[in-house]
Order: sequence, then C-alpha cells, then structure tokens
Amino acid sequence: MPETAFEPWNDPNEKPLIQFRNVTKRFGDFTAIDDLSIDIFEKEFFALLGPSGCGKTTMMRMLAGFETPTSGTIMLDGQDISPIPPNKRSVNMMFQSYALFPHLTVYDNIAFGLKRDKLPKDQIDARVKEMLRLVQIEKFGQRKPEQISGGQRQRVALARSLAKAPKLLLLDEPLSALDKKLRQDTQFELMDIQEKTGTTFVVVTHDQEEAMTVASRVAVMDHGKLKQVDTPDRIYEAPNSTYVADFIGDVNIIEGHATAQGNTVSIVWAEGQPPIIGTPTTPIEGKVSFAIRPEKIAISADQPTDRANVVQGKVLDIAYLGNLSTYHVQLPNGVIIKAQTANSRRRARRPFTWEDQVWLSWTDTAGIVLDN
Amino acid sequence: MRRLTWFNATSLTLGFAFLYIPMIIVIIYSFNESKLVTVWGGFSTKWYGELFQNEAFLDAAWVTFKVALASSLIATVLGTMGAYVLVRGGRFYGRTLFSGMIYAPLVMPEVITGLSLLLLFISIGLDRGMFTIVLAHATFSMCYVSVVVSSRLVSFDRSVEEAALDLGCTPFEAFRLVTLPIIAPAVISGWLLALTLSLDDLVIASFVAGPSATTLPIKVFSSIRLGVSPEINALSTILIMIVTIGTIAASLTTKRAVMRRQREERMAEQTG
Amino acid sequence: MNLRRFSLIAVPYFWLLALFLVPFLIVFKISLSDIALAIPPYTPTLELSEGWAGFRDFASQLDFENFEFLATDDLYWKSYLSSLKIALISTFFCLLIGFPIAYGMANAPKEWQPTLMLLVILPFWTSFLIRVYSLIGILSQEGMLNQFLMWTGIINDPLTILNTNIAVYIGIVYTYCPFMILPIYATLTKLDGSLLEAAEDLGCSRTEAFWRITVPLSKAGIIAGCFLVFIPALGEFVIPSLLGGSDTLMIGKVLYEEFFANRDWPVAGAVAVILLLILIIPIVLYQRNEQKQMEAEA
Repeated sequence: MPETAFEPWNDPNEKPLIQFRNVTKRFGDFTAIDDLSIDIFEKEFFALLGPSGCGKTTMMRMLAGFETPTSGTIMLDGQDISPIPPNKRSVNMMFQSYALFPHLTVYDNIAFGLKRDKLPKDQIDARVKEMLRLVQIEKFGQRKPEQISGGQRQRVALARSLAKAPKLLLLDEPLSALDKKLRQDTQFELMDIQEKTGTTFVVVTHDQEEAMTVASRVAVMDHGKLKQVDTPDRIYEAPNSTYVADFIGDVNIIEGHATAQGNTVSIVWAEGQPPIIGTPTTPIEGKVSFAIRPEKIAISADQPTDRANVVQGKVLDIAYLGNLSTYHVQLPNGVIIKAQTANSRRRARRPFTWEDQVWLSWTDTAGIVLDN
Repeated sequence: MRRLTWFNATSLTLGFAFLYIPMIIVIIYSFNESKLVTVWGGFSTKWYGELFQNEAFLDAAWVTFKVALASSLIATVLGTMGAYVLVRGGRFYGRTLFSGMIYAPLVMPEVITGLSLLLLFISIGLDRGMFTIVLAHATFSMCYVSVVVSSRLVSFDRSVEEAALDLGCTPFEAFRLVTLPIIAPAVISGWLLALTLSLDDLVIASFVAGPSATTLPIKVFSSIRLGVSPEINALSTILIMIVTIGTIAASLTTKRAVMRRQREERMAEQTG
Repeated sequence: MNLRRFSLIAVPYFWLLALFLVPFLIVFKISLSDIALAIPPYTPTLELSEGWAGFRDFASQLDFENFEFLATDDLYWKSYLSSLKIALISTFFCLLIGFPIAYGMANAPKEWQPTLMLLVILPFWTSFLIRVYSLIGILSQEGMLNQFLMWTGIINDPLTILNTNIAVYIGIVYTYCPFMILPIYATLTKLDGSLLEAAEDLGCSRTEAFWRITVPLSKAGIIAGCFLVFIPALGEFVIPSLLGGSDTLMIGKVLYEEFFANRDWPVAGAVAVILLLILIIPIVLYQRNEQKQMEAEA
C-alpha cells in the first residue's frame, strides 16, 4: 500500500463529490445557514460539529432532500440536486432516533429500501444478509426493533441506510443514544465499515470527541457559518479562532497586547506579570488572545530556568481524572490557569496539594496567538 | 414543520362542516318567526318565550336537573372509590369480577341496562320514580368516573403517597391531603361526565322512570316523534349554548393553569 | 383485612353487584320463563317461602322455549342480521370520514390542535338526542338537503331519505364520528415524523409512505375507533326509532317494542341475552386490542 496520506482536499485535480455553493437557508426570520460554501470529497468521513442550533442538522437535511436551500446550489457529483425529491436521491440517512419501522422485522427494515427499487427477491435477500453480516447482527433478522438492544438498533439503522449502497451516507448524531463505553467501541466499528464499503460519510454531531475520533476532516460551525474546516489534529493544535479553540477540548485563553520581537511576540496581559512570549503563524500585533492547552503547561515545585514563560501561583483545586490530573492554579493577580499532568505512575504520591506554591511554565511555541 | 396541505385543509373543512352544520341550522331556525320549520319567516324570539311558559318542559327540566345532580355526586364518590380499589386495592377475592363490572357497563347497550334495572326494581317491588332513575344513572356513571380517575391514578407517582405515610400520615390522611388534591382534576372531569351522561340519558330513564317522573329527554323524545318543532329548536339552542360555554370555559381554565405553571417554572429557573 | 379497607372495597363492589350483576341474572331468568297474564307478566315466580322444593319446582319450569321462538320467527334473526349490517356499514363510513379528519388534525399546525380537539369533543358533550334531532330537519322531504340538491339542479324531485335505512346510516355516522376520530388522532400524533422521512429517504413516495408506514402504525387506533362505533351502534335504539322507517329493523328497537308494546317480557329478555352474546365477541376483541396497545407503550 503506497503511503500517500488520504488528502483529496489538498489535490487541485480531485473533483469534489458534494459542493455547497453560497448556500443560504432561512426559516422565516431565522437564518439557519448563511452563505455557506464547502467541498466534500469522495470516501471522506466528514464531520459537521457545532452546538445545537448552529445549522449542522439543516445542512444534512438539505443533503437528504428534506429541506431546499433559500438560495445557492448544492451539487452532488456535479449535478444540482435541489429539484430531486428525497426518494430519488442516491443519498441515505441514518436518523438520530434511528427511525426503525416498529411494525417490521429487522430483516424487513433493511430490505425496505431495496424493495422500493423493485429488485428481484434473491438479490434483495443476498444484500440483506450481506448487510446483517457487515454489522454483525445475523442472529436478529427475524426480531422486531423493540426486541433488540439500543446498540443493536443502531446497527440495524446503519445497515438499513447502507443497504442501497448510496453515494453518500448521512449520519445524524449516530452514537448519541448509546452509553459511553459502547459509544467508543462503535466509533471504531463505524470507521471500519466506512473503510470497507468506501462510502462517503457525513456525520453530524455535537460531541467533539466523537468528531475528532472518526472524521477525516471536521467542520466547526456556529450560527450558520463555518468557523474552520480542517483535519482533527489541526483543529486541535492550530485553531483559527478562540471560538474553535474553546469549543474543542480544554483551553486557557488570555487576552493582551502584542508587540513583535523578531519571530516571536511579547504579549503584555497583566500588571506585575511578565509578558507572555508566543510564536504566531503570521506576523501579528495589537490586541490578541493567547490560547494554550492545559497539557502544554508544566507544573513544578522549583522555578524552571529553561522555559520562555514562567509564572508562579498557588494550587486552588485539583481534579483527579484517573489518567490525568488537572490543577487550577491561581496567580497573584487572581487569574486562574489550568495545567494538566499525566498520572503515568500508579503509586506516586500526589506531588502537589491545595494551597501549595507552584511554578507554571511553557515554551514559546506551546500556545497559539490569535487575532481578536 | 407541519404545513397545512391542501388535502388536510379540505378534509378538516368538510369534516367539521359535517359535524356542525346540522346543529347550526337548528340554532338558526330557533329564531324563525314561522311555525313551519323549513320556511324562513323572519327573526323572532317568540319560541323561547313559549318554551318558558311550557309547564311540562319546565317540570321535566327540573326533574332532570335534580336527578343529574344527585346521581353524579353519588357516581363521583363511588367511582373514585372504585378507581382507588382498582389501582391501589391490591389483591382481594373477586377482583377480576370487580374490574369486569366496572368496564362492562361502558360497552353495554343502553336497552339492556335499562331493561335489566327495570326488572330488578319490579322484582324487589321498588316504586319507580325519581329515586330509581338516580340509582340507575349513578350505577352506569360511576363506571365512567372510575375509568377517568383510574387513568390519572395509574399515571401518578406512587412514592408521593409513600412519602406522606413516611412523614406520619394515616392512610386516610394521605389520601385526603396528598392523593385527592393530585387526582382532583380527574375527579372533577369524571363528575362533569357523570352529570352530562345523566342529563343526556333517554333510554335507561324511559325504562326505569315511572309515570310520576318524566325527564327532559323523555319529554323531548316524545315530542320529536311528532315532528320538528320550533320550540324544540329553541330548547336545543339553549342546551347547545350551555355545553359550548361550559366546554370552552373548562378548556380555557386548563390552558390558563398550564400557562401559569409554565411561567412559574420559567421564573423559577431564571431566579434559581 | 382491616375494616377500612374492607369498606372501601365493599361499598362499590356491592353497589355494582346489586345494580349491575343481579339485574342481569334476573334478565336471564326471565328469558327462560313463560309469558303470563299476571303481574309480573311471566311464570314461574320463585316462591322462597317454599324452600328447596319451591326452587326445584321453579327450576323445572324454566326452558329455552323463548330462544326456540326467536330462532323460528324470522323477525328476530332478520333484526339481528340487519343490525349487524347497519352497524358494519356505518362503521365503515365512519372510518372513511373520520380518518381524514383525524389525519388532518394530527398534521395541522401545533397551535391549532387544542382548538380542533375541542371542536371534536364539543359534539360529544352536546345532547345525543339533539344531535339526532338536528338531522331530522335536514333529511326530511322538504328539508335542507333536498332544497340544496334541487337548487343545484342535481335532482328535480325531493329524495325520500328520512325514515329509511339511509337516514339511519347518516345518523350513526354523524353521532358516532367523534368516537372514530379521537383514537385515530391519538395514535397519529404519537407517530414519529422521522419514520416517514426515513421511508422517503429509502425511496418511498409520499403516498407509498402513507400506506406502508402511517396506516400500519395507526392500526391500533383504527381498530379501537371501529369497535367504539360498532359496539354501541349494534344496540342503538334512538337513531332507528327517530330516523328509521317502519321497515328499519334494529334489535334495540325490537327489544324496546317487545317489552313496552307487546309486554312480552320473557321474549324481550331472550332478545337481550342473545344481543349480549353477539356483543361479547367484539368486546373481547376490543379489550385485547387495548391491552396490546398498552403493552406496546409500556
């Protein structure tokens, strides 16, 4: 297998499967999608991430055909799909509630779409059995949806929406009804199935962890607009706004005034505190936000000498999470900074406790300098 | 995202026209000057005047009212007890028979209920009159009350009662101070239902009423058999109006209560 | 068992025993008796003063003669058949009219629904007798319907509708429609809209989705509505006697007349017993449907 990474979005010759071109959707006075353009490529596992009401579900419903854009066009495979009704689109959807037909067996649920295509009986049967095998529920074909567990229902819903081999599969909060442990296992299975079938997946979720785990690219949305579209690691390590930085994972955000010093900037942010030294991606000056993840901040009892940024404070709170501990450290000026350490040793005595004076330190490239 | 499609709008319009046009025509023709019920002879309220001078109707209305009030009150007490026994009574000898006797009258043809009660009253030598109508109405109404109240009892959280017992209530106090206030709306609607059923009943009353007591439906029935009359139109209009005002008032009260509760919940959330 | 619990159970229990169950046993007993010119107008009467012998004597005189009479006289079995037919046809038309109304209500904007619900319940609280009466003026020879039809030019001579079986059908459909609408509406509002979207997503047209998803999933409501119309319609008395003609045979009317006009109490009793036996089947089916629905929801 050639080790070229799967990055069709960086290849100018690649044709996108889905194109949103200046799509706007209004419901009365409310603008759900605001002049949005995006390309999604074949075989991608694309995640739309955002809080409820950000417009991600509307985007998905427009792809499925349940809503039509107020203006702009949506192209699938180079063809404008707005005049095509949902039952004629080669797009299928896995519903958040699963929407399994309660009066039909698991088998008939999966066969439902195939029967609409008037396929011959033996072909339908073969395809349904294949799907049952794919999602590992061969034993439950003759049961009704109410007679199987939540996790199995999720699999039936997935099998049903994949049965017609759609060009595009839409997944609306596919794992939100499962408990945490099952959700994690299912995430990997979902990726596995996506790879096996080679179908393009677009998943809508409000769970950032889920989006980061499964997706090849994540689109962070807010108020009908795309805030950032990027790979999971870039979304996490190089957010382009405080909104994205804050939405994904835990972050300390410090506001201040930046002046350039060669490649780095010096950010003055509070009286009596040394300025923060950071490395911006592009030259920047003036009012900025400095965002730094807790795990990038080291915590120590003695003053470190080899770090660009060093501050002192006292431990206010400790959250023990098992694998990690998060310390809330209060600086003399009242600002609280979160720092995280990995609990890599089992029997280690907790090194710091409440009210301890500690030193926090980080390098000049650990944080991100963001324009305000 | 529910839109009123052309099909739905048409079926609703035609459906409600079917349900309401006959009654609206009755109301309009109650103001007809002419004695002929199919020819419009100008606006008049004279039939209302005649109605209020018709002693027979007034007497029958008074009897009906007394019977309805008495029977609905008995039915409410018995029906609430019955619901409580059904839902909270636990096991006792003949429980299946009891629930059967609660549900059976709901689907029993009125002619059979009427006939059987009449035969009972005759065989024990009870003189037929207002008293026997009250007994008959209370019996079948209590079953309706039981069904209404028991559906409320089933849906409410039993632990509320247990909390009352835990805090030192006797079972009867727990019922009076906790259960009854919670099921009160259902008890009231059960009572209203019992009242309406009694006011409305013709068949059972015509079996068990003796010559001494004539209820309004019996009186109306015998005059309808002679044909349509403007006086009956006037009477119908009055009854329809009472029911309409009552039903709308009841629904507005419930709606106001719901809205008040929602407002209070919102305020509690904001301040809390 | 303590005294309070005992009295709580005993009061409604004995009330129903005395005023519901015992009267039935009396009907049953009288249906096995013979008509007599006496007060009460049947024999034998049970003489409790004669003890066991009196009871044996009484029991030996009971027979199924009245039931044999019902079977041989074709008035009765014709009435039963005609009642069944009228109830069945009216139930069918009730469904035909009630379902679109319930469907329209369930799909109406949310803020309208309480009002529409009120509009369906209102006739239910309005006097049954008055609703039947309101039809008389419409259906008669010179009534509104005929005037309207002649005005539009569809007919030239008035139709005879009142005092025919057609008037009875119209009467039953008109008065029992709310009973059909409400249970169907209840199941339709519980229907998850995403099921219809899923069906469309999988290739169904709107109409196909209606027949494949909406109808099967509202089956419980349809069945309940049908029984709620069929059961009371079968024993209906007021509608056939006010709207029907002299040739309208319905068993409720026959029973009433047998009792009051012919004063043949034993035959009236037998008519009632058979009517009950016929009704047991739909009632049991209805109960089973309700139970299934309750279990499905639990």
